[in-house]
Amino acid sequence: MKNLLHNKNLRSQLLTYGFVIVAFAVLQLIAAGGGMSSSLKGMLVPICAYVVMAVSLNLTVGVLGELSLGHAGFMSVGAFMGVTAAISLQSAVPAPGLRLFIALVVGAVFAAVVGFLVGIPVLRLKGDYLAIVTLAFGEIIKSIFNNLYIGLDARGFHVSLLQDRTNLEQGGRLILGGPMGISGIQKLSTFLAGVILILVCLFVIFNYVNSRTGRAVMALRDNRIAAESIGISATRHKMTAFVLSAAMAGAAGALFALNYSTVVPNKFDFNTSILVLVFVVLGGLGNMFGSILAATALTILPEVLREFQDYRMLIYAIVLILVMLGTNNAKLRSLFEKLRRRRREEQS
Amino acid sequence: MKKFHKTLALALSLALCALLLAACGETPAPQGGAQDSTPADGAVVIKIGGTGPLTGGAAIYGNAVKNAAEIAVEEINAMDGIHFELKFEDDQHDAEKAVNAYNTLKDWGMQISLGSVTSKPCEATSAETYADRIFALTPSASSTAVIELDATADPVTYKDNQFQMCFTDPNQGSASAQYIYDKGLASKVAVIWKNDDVYSMGIYNTFVARAAELGLEVVSDTTFADGNDTDFSVQIADAQSKGAELVFLPMYYQPASLIFNQAKAAGYAPAWFGVDGMDGILTLDGFDTALAEGVYLLTPFNADSTDARTVAFVDKYQERFGDIPNQFAADAYDCVYAYYQACTAAGITADMSAEAVCEAMIAQFTTMSYDGLTGDGMTWDATGAVTKSPKGMVIQNGAYVGLD
Repeated sequence: MKNLLHNKNLRSQLLTYGFVIVAFAVLQLIAAGGGMSSSLKGMLVPICAYVVMAVSLNLTVGVLGELSLGHAGFMSVGAFMGVTAAISLQSAVPAPGLRLFIALVVGAVFAAVVGFLVGIPVLRLKGDYLAIVTLAFGEIIKSIFNNLYIGLDARGFHVSLLQDRTNLEQGGRLILGGPMGISGIQKLSTFLAGVILILVCLFVIFNYVNSRTGRAVMALRDNRIAAESIGISATRHKMTAFVLSAAMAGAAGALFALNYSTVVPNKFDFNTSILVLVFVVLGGLGNMFGSILAATALTILPEVLREFQDYRMLIYAIVLILVMLGTNNAKLRSLFEKLRRRRREEQS
Repeated sequence: MKKFHKTLALALSLALCALLLAACGETPAPQGGAQDSTPADGAVVIKIGGTGPLTGGAAIYGNAVKNAAEIAVEEINAMDGIHFELKFEDDQHDAEKAVNAYNTLKDWGMQISLGSVTSKPCEATSAETYADRIFALTPSASSTAVIELDATADPVTYKDNQFQMCFTDPNQGSASAQYIYDKGLASKVAVIWKNDDVYSMGIYNTFVARAAELGLEVVSDTTFADGNDTDFSVQIADAQSKGAELVFLPMYYQPASLIFNQAKAAGYAPAWFGVDGMDGILTLDGFDTALAEGVYLLTPFNADSTDARTVAFVDKYQERFGDIPNQFAADAYDCVYAYYQACTAAGITADMSAEAVCEAMIAQFTTMSYDGLTGDGMTWDATGAVTKSPKGMVIQNGAYVGLD
């Protein structure tokens, strides 16, 4: 056991799980005691969704080492497909918890399929080119959902593009209405479900990173030529990481969308992709704990700044710049390093 | 220098921690405004909250509503009786941020809500106000999904505490067809509409349905979309060749101005008929108002009206904000005054909970009749949709003239 705890990787993993669970317990206690503001209560589920988005993008950017600018695209696939599943199963599966679970799985599966399709051309590219192409795919996904109509009636699903030609029977329901998105969603997402999703994603990522494939992916990231020379297939290993990341983003999208009564395709635009990338960069590439903290802090921050009224977004931007400068400061890092060393010396 | 860096870095990390703690530590107790809510004369002060896009692409609508609501609140607070305290939060025309903004207002102690300005965010916040039992009257979220509770139920169920000050989009289409029929403006009608726009589509659908019922013949039915909205020669030629006497234009004024211009070039002069999106065409930069001569439009509000209340409102708005108020502003002004009337009639007091106020407001709004800038004798049914008669206008000598 002692040996296990000396394993640096395992320790940081346990710390991350522990933090999520303790944060959940503390917040639940505060909420039960009635001390939580509605503002914070309303943000719990979106925070969970953004945390999952951040850790999943961190898998692509931090572990796989490829800059992806279209992550919100996978989120939107998960959101629309997950909500469509939840709505169509409204009468068949009355239990909300089970329906939420199915929606998350459906969202993840569809996002994984799209991730696979997008990955085929994208992962052949490198560096900046790859980043730009992911950006383009993100926009394509948004534009497809802006023109996609899905209806459900007694005869089953009807899908049409560009115009609503679903011709639903009496009693049918147009689920996805192009630019109108989806209306009248029953709220299924709960904080508990969000935390469980975070824990599952962390579990998957940590085990993936420590697996044979994970190590191969990191070898590819650090030196592609060297890795390929010892027989590691670049495309295959990159694809697994990319699809995994897309699937988790899909689940996050379904969780997010099922927290609101309506969702539109334009929500998952370029800005959302960049926002998630900011979480990842701020938290540190490859650092899951950092992603969790950054996603939480930056989701709460604009709401806290509401008292500044007109200057809110300006102050948000300035704080963002200062935080980036601050956390990237070599002197600050060495300070932390020194503190850590001192503590270690004290312990020994 | 080194010391400075260290201090800065420390200060920054402390600031971030403090912000986080501040967020977690916020209590739901109504904060701030303690001195505002008890004015010297001891009048009742009701807290009104609303969300709308104050920044971003749709900011023009949010700011119009906020400005007009502020004017109305100021006027009411200058009178005796019930006073209001208004807080308006930015939602950037986004459902997620609208819910966040709404929750902030709830923490502030909001007793009645102006909902949200735009349709999609209002759909999201109306689900919250319904669950929290806070009464909401939106000035401008015109989609039917805002007031619907379950659109799949048969019959459709509605949220009992969500009301609208504006027409629903479909309502305008049927009212237009009815108006054209009643006034005998034409028997053969052409429609040009924008098929990727919810507003245009909603009006078009009900217009065509109502026209069919009344026996108005729609001889030409052509569309355009974003990206091909500059050349209308095909649509105009189609309407002309099929002998339409009147062209119905359910759209905003920018494309309409091009249609007028190109129809004139083609030598086609039918009667034109627009809806509230046409409001504003006379103030469009570089538009020759002679082209709009004789255009009919059906709109609940026009800023050029000579009605005394409208003139006073337009003057005050223009003086304070430098713009001519649009329909969103007028609807917001009406919302606050409708609340004033309802709160006074129901005898609302400042210490009443939002739930109690909500029940009283539902009772008031479903029974009362309200006269405002956007119509006289407005009533609401239990669904929350407003009934008011749109005013028929015709453009003569570059100005709106009311039709009866």
